[in-house]
Amino acid sequence: MAVLALDSLGTARAATPRVAAPDAIPLTRVDAGARGTVRFENVSKTFRSASGEVFALDDVSLDVSSGAIFGIIGRSGAGKSTLLRTVNRLEQPTSGRVLVDGEPIAALGIDGLVDLRRRIGMIFQHFNLLSAKTVRQNVALPLTVAGVGKAEIARRVEEVLRLVSLAGKAETYPSRLSGGQKQRIGIARALVSDPEILLCDEATSALDPETTLSILSLLRDINWRLGLTIILITHEMSVIREICTDVVVLEAGRIAESGPVWRVFGMPEHPATRALLAPLTRDLPEDLAGRLTPYPTPGRKAVLRITYSGRTPPDLSALVAAAGGPVQLLQAGIERIQGHAIGHLLIAAGPEAEARLRAIGETVAGIGYVAADD
Amino acid sequence: MSPQMIDRLWQAAFDTLFMVGVSAGIAVLAGIPLALFLVTSEPGGIFSVPRANRLVGMVVNGFRAVPFIVLLVALIPFTRFVVGTTIGVWAAIVPLAVSATPFFARIAEVSLREVDPGLIEAAQSIGCRRRHILLHVLLPEALPGIVGGFTITVVSMIGASAVAGAVGAGGLGDVAIRYGYQRFDTTVMSVVIAMLIVLVCLVQVGGDSVVRRLRTR
Repeated sequence: MAVLALDSLGTARAATPRVAAPDAIPLTRVDAGARGTVRFENVSKTFRSASGEVFALDDVSLDVSSGAIFGIIGRSGAGKSTLLRTVNRLEQPTSGRVLVDGEPIAALGIDGLVDLRRRIGMIFQHFNLLSAKTVRQNVALPLTVAGVGKAEIARRVEEVLRLVSLAGKAETYPSRLSGGQKQRIGIARALVSDPEILLCDEATSALDPETTLSILSLLRDINWRLGLTIILITHEMSVIREICTDVVVLEAGRIAESGPVWRVFGMPEHPATRALLAPLTRDLPEDLAGRLTPYPTPGRKAVLRITYSGRTPPDLSALVAAAGGPVQLLQAGIERIQGHAIGHLLIAAGPEAEARLRAIGETVAGIGYVAADD
Repeated sequence: MSPQMIDRLWQAAFDTLFMVGVSAGIAVLAGIPLALFLVTSEPGGIFSVPRANRLVGMVVNGFRAVPFIVLLVALIPFTRFVVGTTIGVWAAIVPLAVSATPFFARIAEVSLREVDPGLIEAAQSIGCRRRHILLHVLLPEALPGIVGGFTITVVSMIGASAVAGAVGAGGLGDVAIRYGYQRFDTTVMSVVIAMLIVLVCLVQVGGDSVVRRLRTR
């Protein structure tokens, strides 16, 4: 990873190792073993509007484990933002409870809430940096308001700015920075008080694809190096695919589907998931679709779709051997997600290949038939 | 113009500056907290007290509705209570400040309202308490607009101070009425107008340059 130099990490983290030395975690923590966990128990949220009550969240129960990169995805208005904002109580659930590190947060008084928010960093779609403060002052603010000493603030700010590769921009005002740089400053501000959870509210939606990738790899790196739990919301499946370990699909305030990313991507069950995945899955090429016939006639080849949603990647030689005869690869899209091969192959083979491939355990679907010389 | 008249003009300019300066200072000290209250106490604000918000809003509107010359007279008992006299420069400062405070508060309120709610949310998410939000988010982010609004307030106070002659406070406007108008002295009238124009321009240019410096960060 290019964005994070090793030496900066060494110095940045030497004082407070988190992953390597669990005994360094303060003993005051309610459940020291589960640092950075979030549990949603039957969380519902209704808003009153002119047209009656709106159910933003409807009985959502979820567990986010320590160190996960947890993706929340759904269409606009599915309740993603509301769910995310219940974690640091920017939003209060109407019913149900949210537990951070095993502790219900609804009961916290103002001091407890401020303390909780210092343990949870948050970054935003529109960065939300203070325009009247320099980069240094922006990043230092969480520590300034916490009453941390000047020397300590200077040290921490220096560390996190190096972590996000923007050490040279400390005295600049945010208006002079690019979108990607602003988001890096947002990340630095979120990390400066050494949180255990990072909430990302559409953090890459305002960025171009290249910058999105660099921010995502920075997040992945932070997660890996600091053992930080990341909960992010997005409407782009590609973001989930890029960095998440687990994903929940929200549809109209309810959980449509949740689980490890490879499973939700490999075997999407809910129509909402399929709809969100549509941009990533390839349709039958149009020229081919136009020439397909539904019935076999002599001299035509079968077009087969072989789907992969498991651990083993396609074994091409086994396929060819089993098909018994010439096999043409028409289209292929195999992704590797968390060690699982996910996607499909589209092949043209002899009419009897479908049954034979099924016999060796492949997931085969006959699409139709094309003329042999196609 | 006679040397006495020139002295009189200098004294009048000084009176105007003094009246406007002191009352503008009071308007800032009282107007900014008032504006912060109006913005943060409304429903959903960080110090939400909707009833008090409505009440204060009505009082502010009440003061804004009364023309300055009427306010000047109506406030005479209050002025006597505060400064112990109802004539002279100090007697004009009280009504000027009372009239400028709600005016400036409303203008500052507009700038405070324009601060992106996302910034307040971000501040809450990093563990800011409400006073930190006032100090680190609302005031600094709204500052260019507040300074611009202060410039407008000072200019309109220079205009209002012309009426202060009614309580014997003097000032440029008073000279213009007594000598320029009532004694048909066109020269005095022209000089006073020129001085007022210069004064207003200086205030406006000064205010604008501060705003520009704040905005180019």
